[in-house]
Amino acid sequence: MEVYKADVAIVGAGGAGLRAAIAVAESDPKLKIALISKVYPMRSHTVAAEGGAAAVTRPDDSLDHHFNDTVGGGDWLCEQDVVEYFVAHAHEEMVQMEHWGCPWSRKEDGHANVRPFGGMKIERTWFAADKTGFHMLHTLFQTSIKYPSIKRFDEHFCVDLVVEDGRVQGVVAIEIATGEFRLIQAKAVIVATGGAGRVFRENTNGGIVTGDGMALAYRHGVPLRDMEFMQYHPTCMPRTGLLFTEACRGEGGFLLNKDGYRYLQDYGLGPPEDKPRNKFMELGPRDRLSQAFWHEQQKGRTIEGPFGSVVNLDLRHLGEAYLRERLPQIYELAEEFMGVDPAHTPIPVVPGVHYTMGGILADGKTASGLPGLYSVGECSSVGIHGANRLGSNSLTELIVFGKVAGDEAAKFAKATSISNPGAIEKQADAIQARALGIVNKADGTERIAVLRTEMAKSMESGCGIYRLGTTMQETCNKIDELKQRYKKLKVDDKSKVYNTDWLLAIELGYLLDVAQVIVYSAFNRKESRGSHQRLDGYEQRDDVNYLKHTLAYYNGDGAPRIEYGDVKITKSKPGTRAYGAAGVKADEERKKQGAANG
Amino acid sequence: MADTEKIIEIEVLRYRPEQDKEPVWQSYKVPFTDDMSVLQGVQYIKDYLDETVSFRWSCRMAICGSCGMMIDDKPKLSCKTFLRDYYPGKLRVEALKHLPIERDLIVDATDFITKLESIKPYIIPKEERTLAQGEYLQTPEQRDMYEQFSSCINCMLCYAACPQYGLNPKFTGPGILALMHRYNADSRDGGQAERNELGYADEGYWGCTAVGYCSEVCPKGVDPANAINQNKMNSAINYFTRFVTPGGADK
Repeated sequence: MEVYKADVAIVGAGGAGLRAAIAVAESDPKLKIALISKVYPMRSHTVAAEGGAAAVTRPDDSLDHHFNDTVGGGDWLCEQDVVEYFVAHAHEEMVQMEHWGCPWSRKEDGHANVRPFGGMKIERTWFAADKTGFHMLHTLFQTSIKYPSIKRFDEHFCVDLVVEDGRVQGVVAIEIATGEFRLIQAKAVIVATGGAGRVFRENTNGGIVTGDGMALAYRHGVPLRDMEFMQYHPTCMPRTGLLFTEACRGEGGFLLNKDGYRYLQDYGLGPPEDKPRNKFMELGPRDRLSQAFWHEQQKGRTIEGPFGSVVNLDLRHLGEAYLRERLPQIYELAEEFMGVDPAHTPIPVVPGVHYTMGGILADGKTASGLPGLYSVGECSSVGIHGANRLGSNSLTELIVFGKVAGDEAAKFAKATSISNPGAIEKQADAIQARALGIVNKADGTERIAVLRTEMAKSMESGCGIYRLGTTMQETCNKIDELKQRYKKLKVDDKSKVYNTDWLLAIELGYLLDVAQVIVYSAFNRKESRGSHQRLDGYEQRDDVNYLKHTLAYYNGDGAPRIEYGDVKITKSKPGTRAYGAAGVKADEERKKQGAANG
Repeated sequence: MADTEKIIEIEVLRYRPEQDKEPVWQSYKVPFTDDMSVLQGVQYIKDYLDETVSFRWSCRMAICGSCGMMIDDKPKLSCKTFLRDYYPGKLRVEALKHLPIERDLIVDATDFITKLESIKPYIIPKEERTLAQGEYLQTPEQRDMYEQFSSCINCMLCYAACPQYGLNPKFTGPGILALMHRYNADSRDGGQAERNELGYADEGYWGCTAVGYCSEVCPKGVDPANAINQNKMNSAINYFTRFVTPGGADK
């Protein structure tokens, strides 16, 4: 097998992986970086992020505000020391992106502009029209070309990490164009492979978002943290699940039920006003808005039609010119995919799975418990999102912690050396044999698409916006069954060149492992918090028993072993999570209490 | 939007280098609903009719640039081209023209990527600035000068459209020339002189014969033909100012 000797290997070349690669290159140009991605970097799913990236910018804003919004928005399941670091370093990373050419939207005076976003007290979302992720990704990709020490392995599909002597020392990847295997030896490995939204059916995620890195780290004993918290984005295209950014509401869009009524006022988010008001109504957090949709559906107040049950996202009052300037991609999507002109007709929308809050357990500096292994971005749980991520915190996470991961991995790589190259190559051969075993199996009967569809349907019914013990149990059983059936998978395509059938089969294995973690983590959390809401006697948040992180450990063929870990609280004690007028009242009470406690 | 299931015939140009001497057409019957894209049609084939059909795709929303193909001989993103527009006739899908077929609907993107890497597609600062000094100021008008050209999703449809690239693969081509212009036109950038070596070479702006089909097929309204045109103008001015300015132009 061909061997490439790197100092730092990075799996995934989206926003997080690219930012990490640049950080390694800048920290020491002598370090050899292998940047491995199953797609060309600019295809990575960062490209689809629309609304923007949060960083305290205005004089009337403060780091404390961003901290409080994030921790409260996460229903107090955030690592507060990590959130403090995050909000403090957000702005300089935005400026760094600006210096690298990111086309941020501007104010008349030439400074970067900010827009309001859900759950954020003050406007602090930097944006590039409604293609922020696209512009950040292309800026990072094109900038990365400046650094000769970054060697890219485009369209290389990672099949395993190589762990030797108790630490990670490389990865094995398939060159998709030829089907040949490559061992990429490395002293440190950064996993930056994105989320796992594809375990669900209706979702905003690209086809590549299959939890690869999560599953790989997990299989090597690194726990996945808080995986029960899956974010439903409230405004997606029916059936395809394509995203209509939260910026639609940040710019003033309304959500209407079948009576044309702004129903969010019935769910603790009012009172309604004509103009967008931060943390009120349509600018509430995503979990609450998706839950409100569910209730409207139960009450028979959604709109029934060719798309199923929908509500309307009404942008008409913003006018065509403004929409074309601020939300050009949304305009296009509505027109071209749905035949709806949003300047004249409301857009039918539904909630869809959008974001994986949990991920590979990482400390505040992105390190895992497995020496040499780092993780960053959606695949990682560095601890800033808690039980519900606020819109525009994830793009910022990519660059703030991408830099941290790069710096830390560089430091680690410089202080260590490859221990036993012979043993590593032997392992790589075994990994190759396992990966080939999937395609060469003689007695397979199960179809990839059938298993994938059954998984997604079951996850949707067991781990939806609201959850029940009984249906979660059914989903646990279903995923267990699918994992057994996966062993009898039949791969029709036996070729080597661009064998995407084979890759889909490997991805399905990743998806099933992650799906199993999600549903078992959810089943065991007997409370309601953030995006995990139960209707079977556990409707309230339970800080006595569940102000805890879920940690799911790989357990071979069996169900994951579930343990719990402490939550780091620095300055915000768990309080009432409220929005709208109730939120203002809760804030005042917290302030009074704070003053009384000195 | 009617939801009754209809059947459409999709012909796919197959090419599996390990077994096919040359590309061959293969036909599939695909049930579809009116909201289904050509990409979804091809996905249906892979999921339920023939697992061996290979193609690239990811975002499904015309921003990742993966799923370009020739659809009835026109370069299009298959995710935002709809089956209903071909029904009750059939449609033919094949790999993007002018680029070598790797397999089935997948083309070799190496040439495009190599060219992208060669043009210094990053800010070469006109003046250095530290992070502590904050962002470069850029008015909305200055941003407008390059914004359109920064919207290229690298889908390569314009390469499949460009007759010049089809004749001479050394021609830098529409998408990359537009990207070069994107940086040159950015008020923060001072790297135009470095990039002009490529831009003004025979394979650069002047390689274009102004057919304009690139701009027509661009799914994001980038208008590479316009970018190239502006630079032909600049190049001409630059050429003549060389004779009157000591040390040449571009300085």
